[in-house]
Amino acid sequence: MTHTTPRVSRTADEDADRRAELLLRAPAVAVLLIIAAIVIGVFITAWPTYHHNGLLWLGPGGDVDRQLDSMINAGANPGPEIFKLRAWSLIWATVLTTGFAVVLGTITAVLAAIFIVEFAPKRVESIVVPMVRLLAAVPSVIYGLVGILVLAPWINDHLISAADRKSVEYVIPLTGPGVLASTLILTMMITPIMVSLVTEALRSIPRGWREGSVALGVNRWRAMWSVSVKAARPAIVAAGVIATARALGEAIMLAMVSGGKGFAPQPWDGKIFFFEPLRPLAATIANNAESLNSAALRSSLYAFASLLLLSSFALSVGAYMAKQPMRKYGLR
Amino acid sequence: MTSVPLKPRRGSGTGGPSRVAILRRELSEWRIIDLIGYAGAWIAGTMLALIAFGLLAFLAVKGVSYLSLDLVASRPEPGIDQSQTGGILDPVIGTLLMILIGTAWALPLGVGAALWVVEYGKGRRLARAVESAIEVVAGMPSIVIAIFGLAISQMGFMGLFSITAEGGAVFGRSFLIAGTAMSLIALPLIFSATREGLLTVPNHIREASYALGKTQAATIRRVLLPSVRSNIGTGTALGMGRIAGDTAIIVILLGATLRIQPAENAPPLVDLLRGTGSTLTSYVYNNSPAGEGNAPDKAYAAGFVLLVIVLLLNFAISAVLQRRGKGQELTR
Repeated sequence: MTHTTPRVSRTADEDADRRAELLLRAPAVAVLLIIAAIVIGVFITAWPTYHHNGLLWLGPGGDVDRQLDSMINAGANPGPEIFKLRAWSLIWATVLTTGFAVVLGTITAVLAAIFIVEFAPKRVESIVVPMVRLLAAVPSVIYGLVGILVLAPWINDHLISAADRKSVEYVIPLTGPGVLASTLILTMMITPIMVSLVTEALRSIPRGWREGSVALGVNRWRAMWSVSVKAARPAIVAAGVIATARALGEAIMLAMVSGGKGFAPQPWDGKIFFFEPLRPLAATIANNAESLNSAALRSSLYAFASLLLLSSFALSVGAYMAKQPMRKYGLR
Repeated sequence: MTSVPLKPRRGSGTGGPSRVAILRRELSEWRIIDLIGYAGAWIAGTMLALIAFGLLAFLAVKGVSYLSLDLVASRPEPGIDQSQTGGILDPVIGTLLMILIGTAWALPLGVGAALWVVEYGKGRRLARAVESAIEVVAGMPSIVIAIFGLAISQMGFMGLFSITAEGGAVFGRSFLIAGTAMSLIALPLIFSATREGLLTVPNHIREASYALGKTQAATIRRVLLPSVRSNIGTGTALGMGRIAGDTAIIVILLGATLRIQPAENAPPLVDLLRGTGSTLTSYVYNNSPAGEGNAPDKAYAAGFVLLVIVLLLNFAISAVLQRRGKGQELTR
């Protein structure tokens, strides 16, 4: 899109124009500088943790909660040994909750979007669509409140048996909040956004494509699944990426329903795995932000933040690349 | 091979019992895997609507039963039992203040940056940098913004914006600081809404204005800004909703004190901006079992008020969009 700059001979007008340009350029530059400052600031503050641990801090070793506690106790001038950090259980918790929620959410969202676009009678559609929009607008702390006051106690009372509790009583207490509660609530939080994005993508697929395949004798589900969903695959991936970014960064809600233990749930524990408490990276930052005065802890929290930032960069780039094929068809 | 026509577009309603009969006959010819998918779509769609309805009904019942005019109009009190902890007036004011301060920063920054990028920056490297920076901040978890904000605001030269303790340590938490951080969550929404709006304004409208001898600055002010007003409104309302719903920034940057505590020795208004407080989100968090308060009844009531605020903002968006739909037909 190009537009010709007006050729006006009067210099007063040109001056006014130049002033307007500068006036509007200022916010653009300010935004750029603020964001650059955040990114650089996070990495600089995180540097001591990278310096003392290398990339080993991403790996397992020792109890991360005990490491964080000793950082808090060491105060403002800690020795180099205090910086020791092995955050694998927190990273694993982030991967687990995000992974489960995104997989569950994508399946639900694609099915729900197909329902809205193709199968829902008009009256049902006019109820489902505003309801989904409503779910997307609910603040995460409300999901957290319902999770910790309703879902977690229910899991504790009905799903965890006394035998389950006893089998791990020396390792970790099972009280309700944990993998299952976090995953379900997180799924509920990210699915509505994905439904709206996927619905929009499915609607943008030309009707003729589907009509063509129905004319060839394919039933409506097949036409939807093998034509529309296939063509909208890039948009579905992009929706998944956006949902992943939301899930990665969710702090307060997960601090409420995750159980708040720096513990890595083990999938080979079977059924108990779903009840084991955990604490993702973002929730760890939220829980410990009071103690930023401690130098070692501060650096560690910023290292967590840097990891979240890097992942969200990677996800933005991923979403951008995923959408390219759809542009090729000329669909948005 | 019989087959029902694809779902008719909005407005061209057919329906009726004959359609159901055809559908039943059609379904009997489908393969089992298609039927499973069809059933899955129905289940996913209706389940989401039911969850949304259930959540809303649950919060409405819980919220209304604990909510009273007295609760909203009285200030919180420190207390052990939830019957003594007073009302939620301060958090309500806090939420409104946060929306106000955040929008006051984000609106000029977002609109200005979008105007510059679209009207002046086309193809320039700076414009692309601004666009990608805003993309980055859109994907940035709010907890990262929050702890970065705290690191900056606790620096000595920022003492002006919050309370300074006896020893000279800057507290780094205040309405002004939290509001400024909040503006970063609203910024991408306002920026992209404005940008989308500007991109849909056809070039001949700009050219018509230039042909009348208007400068580019006058064109922006008299022609472009009025025509993207509804876009700006939608983006701002979305941003306000996000600000009202965010918890991480409040917990870390507003101090989440029970009552609004203005800074001492400062002129009115300035003392409020430099003071600490809480919002509905942090009130819900602190009164849930995850926080220190543990007053679930109050948390439900505050959560309900929060939900009402967010839903009202959503209604505003729908209203703006509907009006724009009508307006577009008239102007274009």
